[in-house]
Amino acid sequence: MNLWRKNHWFHRAIGLVCLVAGLGLLPLFFDGYQKATVDSDIRLNIALVIGAVLLSVFGLCALLSGGIKKGFSYTTLISIAAFLMAPFVWMVLISLNPSKTPIPPISELIPRAVEKDAKNQPIMVPGPDGKPTEKVVIQPRWDNYDFVFNHPNLPVKRFFFNTVVVTLAVVIGQLFVTSLAAYAFARLKFKGRELLFMLFLGSMMFAGPVTQIPVYLLIRNLGWLDTYWALIIPGVSSAFSVFLLRQQFMSISPELDEAARMDGAGEFRIYSRIILPLSKAALATAGAFTFFGVWTDFFNPLIYTNSTEMRTLEVGLSIFKNSYGGTNWPLQMTAAVIVMLPLLVVFLFCQRFFVRGVMLGSIK
Amino acid sequence: MGWLFVGPATIHLAVFALIPMLYALVLSLYKFQLFRENPEFTGLRNYSLALTEEPFLNSLWHSFRFAIMSVPLGMALALGIALLVNQKLRGMAIFRTLFYIPAISSGVAISMLWIYVFLPDTGMINMATSLFGISSVDFLNRTEWAMLALVFMSMWVGLGPRMVLFLAGLVNIPTSLYEAAEIDGASNWRQFWNVTLPMLVPTTFFVLVTSTIGAMQIFTPVYMMTKGGPEESTDVVGYHIYNEAWVNFNTGLASAKSFILLAIIVVISIFQFRLMRSQIREFSAS
Repeated sequence: MNLWRKNHWFHRAIGLVCLVAGLGLLPLFFDGYQKATVDSDIRLNIALVIGAVLLSVFGLCALLSGGIKKGFSYTTLISIAAFLMAPFVWMVLISLNPSKTPIPPISELIPRAVEKDAKNQPIMVPGPDGKPTEKVVIQPRWDNYDFVFNHPNLPVKRFFFNTVVVTLAVVIGQLFVTSLAAYAFARLKFKGRELLFMLFLGSMMFAGPVTQIPVYLLIRNLGWLDTYWALIIPGVSSAFSVFLLRQQFMSISPELDEAARMDGAGEFRIYSRIILPLSKAALATAGAFTFFGVWTDFFNPLIYTNSTEMRTLEVGLSIFKNSYGGTNWPLQMTAAVIVMLPLLVVFLFCQRFFVRGVMLGSIK
Repeated sequence: MGWLFVGPATIHLAVFALIPMLYALVLSLYKFQLFRENPEFTGLRNYSLALTEEPFLNSLWHSFRFAIMSVPLGMALALGIALLVNQKLRGMAIFRTLFYIPAISSGVAISMLWIYVFLPDTGMINMATSLFGISSVDFLNRTEWAMLALVFMSMWVGLGPRMVLFLAGLVNIPTSLYEAAEIDGASNWRQFWNVTLPMLVPTTFFVLVTSTIGAMQIFTPVYMMTKGGPEESTDVVGYHIYNEAWVNFNTGLASAKSFILLAIIVVISIFQFRLMRSQIREFSAS
């Protein structure tokens, strides 16, 4: 079975054969699909087209990675990724179609337009049958983004501003408050420490559904409804962050702060000069989680604010959606992309902290 | 000294979690409507009202059905994908990132996207199935489909964190166990059943409990996509309580209902904890 050894030329050869076969069969089956008239033929040919695509993907992967087993793994992963990402791809494509057009069928999803010359006359080019036809070019409608961002009826930029202010304030406030508490739980001995920590954990798991009404009443009595306070103050501490940071602080060797204590450093100095600088990654993790939690929070801004000027992006987007109902999908998808894009960028920048946080959170 | 450090967080916990919880308990004993301030003490009447009210019981049942479909399916999917991305292959980080992306997106934007995906005729799914000659289904407006549509979407959204958790569990399994199984001549399949799965019990428990708690409280997609319809078939308890509290303004009754939900969540969590503990004991005994 020497032929099956890893990275052997044999694997690459099989990959190449599959790639060529797949690419060769693809137009054949596609042609069959376009010519098919009976339902069962259509289904058969579509299945064959998908099969040919998978075969060529597998061939390419096996050829490049030099292993048939690897080729299978990659093909599975690519298929799953395509399946999971498809809604996003569709979303972006639809957002680039001209505003107000109905949703185009798959074959016309990529926004196209007839190219015109300076006199607004369509440019003619020879078509496949030799007759002159209109020249069609790909034309993404970026002006949709411009329109949504400077929407005539909705203060989209104000939504952005509100969201940024609230999110930054909560992240900074919460990191300070929770790191102090985490330091106490990790390093200081005081009466009732274990009980208090259990209270924190318990509230993290269960308090959610019952506190919304009393907290609303509290905020109303404080006169904070429809202000930034209502969106910031309830978020400046979170049991989850306390838990996460405590986990990290406990992993720092206590010898470090013992030495500092010997030198006469106070607790706050140890916290700010030793523990915090050593926990940048964990702070970033907690910060990243809070960032996404607050940025995408829908429920609290929905209840605590009521004027359009005080809404955040998330609620603003739902207002936007309701004002268009089931119409104008290009604009709706544009708005959705505008809300998602900053999240995606931040995620790509701090994803390692994310993965870390999910893992830290699970250690109990 | 310790209390000084823990002070701000504790005050916050008291003001925004513990006292509100107690206050909600008090509210649940009153007949009280927001903006109509004369609460009337009625004892446990709100609870008896809630527990005999058909729409509320139905909404509990809907949430339960949603959880029982979305949690096991979502976990199985996440475990399968975690096993796939746990291989040592080049470029795996890209796939992990891609699989996580649905989870970081905004709930409202995702809901809008999925309304489109589920649209009749022009929606993504119906366009794909129409290629096979399957006739169009209006998923979000058919009683037998709407809940399944929400389940499907929640599996997609929940995949990332669950996958990462399972991945952490997989990475932590000592390779010596697999080496020992290899020497005993165990097949890949047997290694999966006799090494991987038992070693993943704590992770599975954690994912199960957090997913169930989340699933029992699902709100945004229902609010955005179905408004509890069609014919109340997706009126889950989170949405039901939202309506009671913020549309009908039956504050007292809504508080009672949210305590009933809380009790159910706690009971389910304890039950799952027991189940997992017996599972661990069984494994360590054998």
